[in-house]
Amino acid sequence: MNFEYSDEQQQLADSVRKFLAQAYGFEQRKAILNSASGVSDQAWATFAEMGLTAIALPEADGGFGGGAVDLMAVMEACGEALVVEPLLDHVGLASRLVARAGSPAQRTALLPGAIDGSARLAFAYLEPGRRYALAPEATTARAAGGGWVLSGEKCVVIGAASAGKLVVSARTGDGASLFVVDPKSAGVTLSPYRSVDGQRAAEVRFADVPLGADALLGAAGAAQPLIDEAVDFATALVCADAIGAMQYANDATLEYLKTRKQFGVPIASFQVLQHRMVEMVIHTEQARSLAILAASKVDSGGDAGERQRAVSAAKIKIADAARHVSQEAVQLHGGMGMTEELKISHTFRRLTTLAQRFGDADHHLERYASLG
Amino acid sequence: MDLNYSSDELAFRDDVRGWLANHLPADIRDKVTGYRGLTKDDHIRWHKILAAKGWSVPHWPVEWGGTGWDITQRYIYDEEFGLAGAPMLPPFGPSMCASVLLRFGSDAQKQRFLPRIREGDDFWVQGYSEPGAGSDLAALKTRAERRGDDYVVNGQKIWTTLGHYGDWIFCLVRTDSSAEKRQEGISFLLIDMKTPGITVRPLILMDGGHEVNEVFFDDVKVPVENLVFQENKGWTVAKYLLGHERMGSGAVGSSKRELAALKALATKESKNGKPLIEDPRFRDRLSRVEIELDALEITSMRFLDKMRRSGQPPGADVSMLKIRGTEIQQALTELMMQAVGPMAQPFAAVDGGQVDAYASRLSPRYFNYRKTSIYAGSNEIQRNIIAKMTLGL
Repeated sequence: MNFEYSDEQQQLADSVRKFLAQAYGFEQRKAILNSASGVSDQAWATFAEMGLTAIALPEADGGFGGGAVDLMAVMEACGEALVVEPLLDHVGLASRLVARAGSPAQRTALLPGAIDGSARLAFAYLEPGRRYALAPEATTARAAGGGWVLSGEKCVVIGAASAGKLVVSARTGDGASLFVVDPKSAGVTLSPYRSVDGQRAAEVRFADVPLGADALLGAAGAAQPLIDEAVDFATALVCADAIGAMQYANDATLEYLKTRKQFGVPIASFQVLQHRMVEMVIHTEQARSLAILAASKVDSGGDAGERQRAVSAAKIKIADAARHVSQEAVQLHGGMGMTEELKISHTFRRLTTLAQRFGDADHHLERYASLG
Repeated sequence: MDLNYSSDELAFRDDVRGWLANHLPADIRDKVTGYRGLTKDDHIRWHKILAAKGWSVPHWPVEWGGTGWDITQRYIYDEEFGLAGAPMLPPFGPSMCASVLLRFGSDAQKQRFLPRIREGDDFWVQGYSEPGAGSDLAALKTRAERRGDDYVVNGQKIWTTLGHYGDWIFCLVRTDSSAEKRQEGISFLLIDMKTPGITVRPLILMDGGHEVNEVFFDDVKVPVENLVFQENKGWTVAKYLLGHERMGSGAVGSSKRELAALKALATKESKNGKPLIEDPRFRDRLSRVEIELDALEITSMRFLDKMRRSGQPPGADVSMLKIRGTEIQQALTELMMQAVGPMAQPFAAVDGGQVDAYASRLSPRYFNYRKTSIYAGSNEIQRNIIAKMTLGL
């Protein structure tokens, strides 16, 4: 039994934290959000330099052969700083799918760029009107002339506009398949936007987009287990991301309670506020425990049911805790917590979306119950 | 990061599990899992079985009969008891009084009392709270006046758990009411409950059960040799005792057993022709408790791991386990009651009628478990402790 991060994991997280402290402060982040692309090329290049893009990829593909636990501490650091670069989508979803489903030629074509940061990847899997479902239905691909024709629509594709390639899930016959699609191809249209928590995303339409045979990632119709696994992997990481954001919310709120004075005393002296602060901390620690469990089950690569159970349990707790902590953090900050001027309101928006990403509490309660 | 027990720890767990399977008397286990109270004889019988194995006081120093287990082994031991439906020995003698004697007792007191506590020869109970001194323990008023070789004790204690079984009671008493600070005039006395002048009066709780009592002292003579540590220094002893909490206070093992019982019950009960456990409303509530319990298990192990590394006592971490652990226990008892629907209403047969022995215990159990967030330092006091010790508020 050992619940400490290894020295390497801790050192990496410390370097990420150090970089974010000097390059990703509150004002710097605001400038990044308001820039044309909405993401920082410098931050992205630094993440790649530090190896964050390589950690979870196999050594044969130029990665470090690590897993979710190796990325946890890093994701916590990103969560504290409210990083908007789509690291999770690139590393946890798209690169992972390429590495796990791709042919040697596809891996050679895509992963070196994914690792050195020059070619970003995004994963298009959500469909309008189908909430958090992972099985593609509205997006289809039919075989034609030795290749494929892709049609349909994906929603909330985070990082789509800055991605060199999209990994797209589509229905082929009875099964799910994955395709690598150039977003600049004829017939692909992006409707980009900024999400409520400041990330860049897009709705993506595919109007009879012709694809070569080499666009198919893995065997036709066999992608569903891979999609499920990658989304579980990313969900475990989003839990760590949320732990970081909750930790920030707690630290900032505690500091505020100790410094803000009313009735001539720090408001921290009021027991009603002390108890609410304590409850925020307990929620966060309980959520942290399940985030650790989820990451370790995802890495153990064992039984899919056991993995899904741990991931859903963590996501339910994270969703509940993120809601509780973010709402209380704003309440305890009073009116200032409502303003754009404090990072706490940005943390509130971030935690609200993290609670929903890859399925809200209701979605995961349903899956959790179905697993017995 | 490694969330698993070592192979040695797993072997130890299997040892404890196997031994309990063979030595826990079925009638005692059935009382625990059927939510019926244990008699004094049950407690003593189980104590003596454990003592014969050398497991009645695992946390004591080895020279006094402890096992020398580390904190992880002790945690595993507690959890296995919970899972098996084995009652923990009432903590008042083996854990509480013994900790005080080991730290503050004279050699004569240790020799006199510790072996009898270890063997289950004396049943100890606790005299701390008073009607006017609950969370604010230092407000206690029971006084002890020195007269020759005795203290003469007058006053009243309350919430004395299993006081009606008690052979001995350890008490905080006021020996100096003129002290400038309330905490400075308190002493720690060991009192033989057969002494004339002691009256035990039951307090029946809303489940109909008799666990706690009031204890009245009317000119009770206590030999001076039964003073532990120094006169008027009892608060030092009291604080030490209150800080002597165990990592098992989240009750993870017994809650896991209760959760399994709840799932079995909700599978057997039906709603609209389907097992209740498939009802989404019920199921979601059950799942949330299960998830909180899973989290608490990992949180307990994280704290255990931290404690082992730092060599420091658990401090306010135990408060967090107590708060969530008791909330989980309460939620489970509530769901158990709700699982049987209207059959949670029958309580006691009259005039030759009949009630289901199991279902009729579920509401009383729910009523009874409201105590868990009140006793052993109310959950509000635990939040005060975390606010002060962890958050520096």
